[in-house]
Amino acid sequence: MSRFVYADNAATTRLSETALSAMLPWLQEGFGNPSSVYRLGRAARRALDEARETVAAAIGAKPDEIFFTGSGTEADNWAIRGVAEILGQKGRHIITTAIEHHAVDHTVKDLEKHGFDVTYLPVDEYGHISLDDLRATIRSDTILITVMFANNEIGTIYPIREIGAIARENGILFHTDAVQAVGHIPVDVTAMEIDLMSLSAHKFRGPKGIGALYVRKGVRLPSFITGGAQERGKRSGTENVAGICGMAAALEESVQTLAASSAKIEALRDKLIAGLLQIPRTQLTGDPVNRLPGSASFVFECVEGEAMILLLDAAGIAASSGSACSSGSLDPSHVLLAIGLPHEIAHGSVRLSLGEENTEADVDYILETLPNIVEKLRAMSPLWEEA
Amino acid sequence: MYSEKVMDHFANPRNVGELENANGIGQVGNPKCGDVMKIYMYIKDGVIQDVRFKTYGCGAAIATSSISTELVKGKTIEEALDISNRAVTEALDGLPREKLHCSVLAEEGIRSAIADYYRRQGIDPEPIMGCALNCAECH
Repeated sequence: MSRFVYADNAATTRLSETALSAMLPWLQEGFGNPSSVYRLGRAARRALDEARETVAAAIGAKPDEIFFTGSGTEADNWAIRGVAEILGQKGRHIITTAIEHHAVDHTVKDLEKHGFDVTYLPVDEYGHISLDDLRATIRSDTILITVMFANNEIGTIYPIREIGAIARENGILFHTDAVQAVGHIPVDVTAMEIDLMSLSAHKFRGPKGIGALYVRKGVRLPSFITGGAQERGKRSGTENVAGICGMAAALEESVQTLAASSAKIEALRDKLIAGLLQIPRTQLTGDPVNRLPGSASFVFECVEGEAMILLLDAAGIAASSGSACSSGSLDPSHVLLAIGLPHEIAHGSVRLSLGEENTEADVDYILETLPNIVEKLRAMSPLWEEA
Repeated sequence: MYSEKVMDHFANPRNVGELENANGIGQVGNPKCGDVMKIYMYIKDGVIQDVRFKTYGCGAAIATSSISTELVKGKTIEEALDISNRAVTEALDGLPREKLHCSVLAEEGIRSAIADYYRRQGIDPEPIMGCALNCAECH
């Protein structure tokens, strides 16, 4: 099959040319260690400083509020475990939601084993939490609110500014996992009253293996990795200079082109959603309006997600699913269950996530292909026959 | 993660559909767990003359259903009852660990169709086969 349509941009994205060009010098002649005092080291240090300024400017932060990490997951771990360590004497209560990425969800669950009390705010059919629930859940010993900026599986965007205001009014630290949001929708840590925010470069066409944690000035966080005192002593280990420069270049480009590219991607997404909803007994998952520009996620009754993904792959289309069989577990994704889908329907999920490289021809090809796949699988499904 | 044989049976499943003259029909699995297999057999003179299936499930569930229809076709009831989930797995050149339960579904499907055949003949399958049917739990 010669045709290839990449429709899994929420999983990862192709490195942009701009990011690659920004990286290459630091993998080749500019290989110096930024901690070295001679010229080669100083050049790497300058590149690092500039990259930090670029990343900070893109999210409304100051350069010394940006700490580079090895991934978005690491940033989530550092933020949550760090707050628990620093404020654990003051309080043991953490508020989060039922639909967080595993990087947050498994981290707070681990803290539960260490005596922390975690409230998982329930969500409605679109994946939204209630701000009244959030206010009502706050206790005198609440030390952290962690709510994702936008959901990776169903695309729903959360009212971060409102949540930030509630946290700030109550003097509680607010962390957001913004891995799916940054570079795709406007993010401003200052205006949104965010204290801690996780980013991941490969979600906005930067390289893999590099992320960042924004830490608002004045928020105390312990060192996450001890050693040679890189990242102002908070996260040691020789800096991934090429990765950091690639991240900064990709982010700068994404933010500069955001308005135009998100309008284009949204139009493609809406065409894709409208087309696939023509398939009988199909539902869009997530908020139909307030969703990530590229995210089109569905459940198709009486067919199983992994089977659809494999047949899409055979047709040259890369997509993903939250079914149990695609994750190697027995239950479908916790997000799909949390929005109230029964197990048997949640097993039939497919997520298509578009990016700036996708074209209308890609959408047309998916619309020609996926309905036939659903039909083929339904024709051999004993559930469809009963339905 | 899947062998070529699994992918072949998944993409081009054999013996899909229903059988009008079926005299043994079994259904196992649970939509909640993400897989359901329905198997139709036409049995005559103690031999499985023809077989069809319909399966809701992942690639491995469809592939194990498909290969199990090939394994039982033309076999005597006794031979079919001897087909273990392991034999199903081996016939597919192996399955990923987390998919082994799909081969159990196929084994149970075969047994459930044969149990239905016995019942239709007025024979209690339990003394012959032991517990024939699937548990409601996810594997």
